[in-house]
Amino acid sequence: MATSTLRRFAELAVTPLVPDDYLDLFSPLRRGAALRGRVVQVIPETRDAATLVIRPGADWAGHVPGQYVRVGIDVDGVRQWRAYSLTHGPRPDGYISITVKAVPDGVVSHHLVHDTERGTLVHLEQATGDFVLPADAHKLLFVTAGSGVTPVIGMLRNLFPVTDEGVLGFDTLNHRATRDLDIVVVHVAPSEPDSIFLSDLKALDAAGAINLVARYDDQHGLLDVADLSTLVPDIADRITYACGPGGLLDALETHHAAAGLPLYTEQFRATVVVAGEGGTVTFGRSGAVVEADGSTPILEAGEGAGVLMRSGCRMGVCFSCVSPLLNGAVRDLRSGDITTAVAGETDPGGVLVQTCINAAAGPCTFDL
Amino acid sequence: MTTIQKQAQSPIAHLTPEDIEQLGKELDAIRAEVIEARGASDAAYIRKLIKTQRSLELGSRIVLLASIFPPAWLVGTAGLSVAKILENMEIGHNVLHGQWDWMRDPKIHSTTWEWDMATPAADWKHSHNELHHTYTNVLGKDNDLGYGIMRVDEEQTWHPMYLGQPLWSFINALFFEYGIAAYDLELGATIKKKKLKDPEFQRRLKGVLSKIRKQATKDYLVHPALSIPTGSFLPTLAANFTANIVRNLWSNSIIMCGHFPEGVETFEKRSIEGETKGEWYLRQMLGAANISGSKAMHLMSGNLSHQIEHHLFPDLPSNRYAEVAPKVRALFDKYGLNYHTAPFPKQLYSAWHKVVRLSLPNGWLAETKVTNAPALQDDDRRAEGAPRDRRPRPARGR
Ligand SMILES: Cc1cc2nc3c(=O)[nH]c(=O)nc-3n(C[C@H](O)[C@H](O)[C@H](O)COP(=O)(O)OP(=O)(O)OC[C@H]3O[C@@H](n4cnc5c(N)ncnc54)[C@H](O)[C@@H]3O)c2cc1C
Ligand code: FES
Repeated sequence: MATSTLRRFAELAVTPLVPDDYLDLFSPLRRGAALRGRVVQVIPETRDAATLVIRPGADWAGHVPGQYVRVGIDVDGVRQWRAYSLTHGPRPDGYISITVKAVPDGVVSHHLVHDTERGTLVHLEQATGDFVLPADAHKLLFVTAGSGVTPVIGMLRNLFPVTDEGVLGFDTLNHRATRDLDIVVVHVAPSEPDSIFLSDLKALDAAGAINLVARYDDQHGLLDVADLSTLVPDIADRITYACGPGGLLDALETHHAAAGLPLYTEQFRATVVVAGEGGTVTFGRSGAVVEADGSTPILEAGEGAGVLMRSGCRMGVCFSCVSPLLNGAVRDLRSGDITTAVAGETDPGGVLVQTCINAAAGPCTFDL
Repeated sequence: MTTIQKQAQSPIAHLTPEDIEQLGKELDAIRAEVIEARGASDAAYIRKLIKTQRSLELGSRIVLLASIFPPAWLVGTAGLSVAKILENMEIGHNVLHGQWDWMRDPKIHSTTWEWDMATPAADWKHSHNELHHTYTNVLGKDNDLGYGIMRVDEEQTWHPMYLGQPLWSFINALFFEYGIAAYDLELGATIKKKKLKDPEFQRRLKGVLSKIRKQATKDYLVHPALSIPTGSFLPTLAANFTANIVRNLWSNSIIMCGHFPEGVETFEKRSIEGETKGEWYLRQMLGAANISGSKAMHLMSGNLSHQIEHHLFPDLPSNRYAEVAPKVRALFDKYGLNYHTAPFPKQLYSAWHKVVRLSLPNGWLAETKVTNAPALQDDDRRAEGAPRDRRPRPARGR
């Protein structure tokens, strides 16, 4: 009661701003602030990957290993949001970590890996994602490719903390949950030096915590999912968790469906199949008008014009980007499906579409 | 001054349509260059400015808690006045123009920003960004020309009521924020059309009144009340009132300097029908005047001292106008146009002179002429032999 009166009074004293606008000057990570984090350490992993250790704001609600966090960071002065898997379980120091691989021409990944300094303030959202282990996990197969190892290393490190002194948890800590685990990790990478977390995987393997099957494209050739049953003879007894490029995941899905095996996947970007004619996109509220080609998601077109757009995974799974299409047509970049809205005919509030995986298919207007 | 179309020798008569198109292209190129270069340093500029402004406001308000002591009153009032000016001008006005939207920071965005002003941001954006910046200096279209209550051009018929114009203008300057609020509401026109009961008007009126109530509660109740422990209720109230008046006078003066000095052109309604991009640019070039001065002058005026550049490129970040100005000026020279710039006192004098002159019937008070117009005296860089130099100004009869 007293605090809410105080708050009301503070609001009256600072209108048209809000008290947070002033408190943010002094204490951006305090309880009640918009969720942010401060980079406390940047650890290079390979020549184009780095781990960022972040002290999250007081309201960070924790996470389950395998989940991801959305990070907002200013690159060249522009706020960009991307999703990154958390690469540790909950840590005693309360910090969180993400491991980023710089993709060619990648705006955010390049900045995070090469140009981020200790002390940088980043914006965060609470952890989310269903790529997590069940409580009764027993016989598991992880298939990871490239940077797809990140959510998996988060899970493994949680089960078996890897320290400078070696792997904890397997026999030193008598973890009930870890005792009857039987884990195989098939790790795929272009080459050995490009493998993030290879030393952790090797340490886990050496300690007997996991069975590591490393496959390097330059040594073994591209992995054919048909070979999995040779690499992992008891694959039929295992639940598979896979994270990597769309092509690999699609192949796994077909393979596992045919064999009737359980499979959980996490993907970092949508597999785009179709592009067509673009069109003029009008953002009714902000007044921005953009010429967008048929392969540019509405999300990117709007962001480029300075429109404030909500987004989450940016690849069509989380639905945070859903926005009302008032008029016109858009095309789903994954399937080619067209969604149309006709002012005066369809819902006056607009037809809801995911802006991250829909592109203009002719002129269209959004209520944004 | 007379609308450009009715002048005996128009200052743009020497330009062919091709010239004007080329001029537009060259201005587009200047704009593109800045957009390309916009980046982290610009973002750092606005963030630092906002931080400084908030710290200054907070500091000044803390000092005012003891405003019963005259030095505290003086320091606090001065600090608060500066903070309010920065908030309205270099920050608020420019954020609301969308100059910082490209950063996609929801806290510094034209669609989310609210400012320390009587008029709600949304209303102001409509009348200012959409009307004034589109119809700059077009008689009968740009209400900023005299805010609908003043005689701003010889072509407007004189009426005895205009005799009071200098006085209203001064009162308007003192309470500028409320004048703007009434103007954004189109209060005058609504009264004239007897549309006060219109539900849309009522809705907007409610919004404005609620904003004004919050503003007044803050400045005239909450902060004075916080000062009661030191016995400073009244001094703090006076400090807030003074800071608002100082901010009002200052922003009104800057805006007067931007469009009212003698020599700034006005345009006829029909002249903008089918206007090309180049012609639009040209109108902006001739319809605005700059204030020359120090960096502090530019900062405190919200860079509206670069009114010409602002009108050409209203959505470029204000911190870039200074670097754009010499390039714009070079184009004025190249195309034989008059770049209207002068120090603050001269521009302000010229603007007020015009207010007084037009309050009287035509011809009673001398028009500022080529020979005595402050901008032209000051501006000796203007291209030699440009057609306008030799322009004889026709005498205007009653
Ligand atoms: C749930 C989830 C979890 C993720 N976890 C991680 C993680 O732990 N570590 C990590 O490094 N990334 C992760 N990502 C990917 C990350 O969000 C970004 O997409 C990635 O960093 C590229 O962003 P960018 O701004 O650098 O590239 P952009 O500037 O957006 O794109 C530049 C170019 O790279 C291509 N591109 C975009 N994404 C990828 C990609 N993932 N791989 C290859 N090329 C790409 C684009 O098509 C484009 O051509 C995750 C994504 C999701 C959805
Ligand atoms: S951002 Fe996740 S579905 Fe579009």
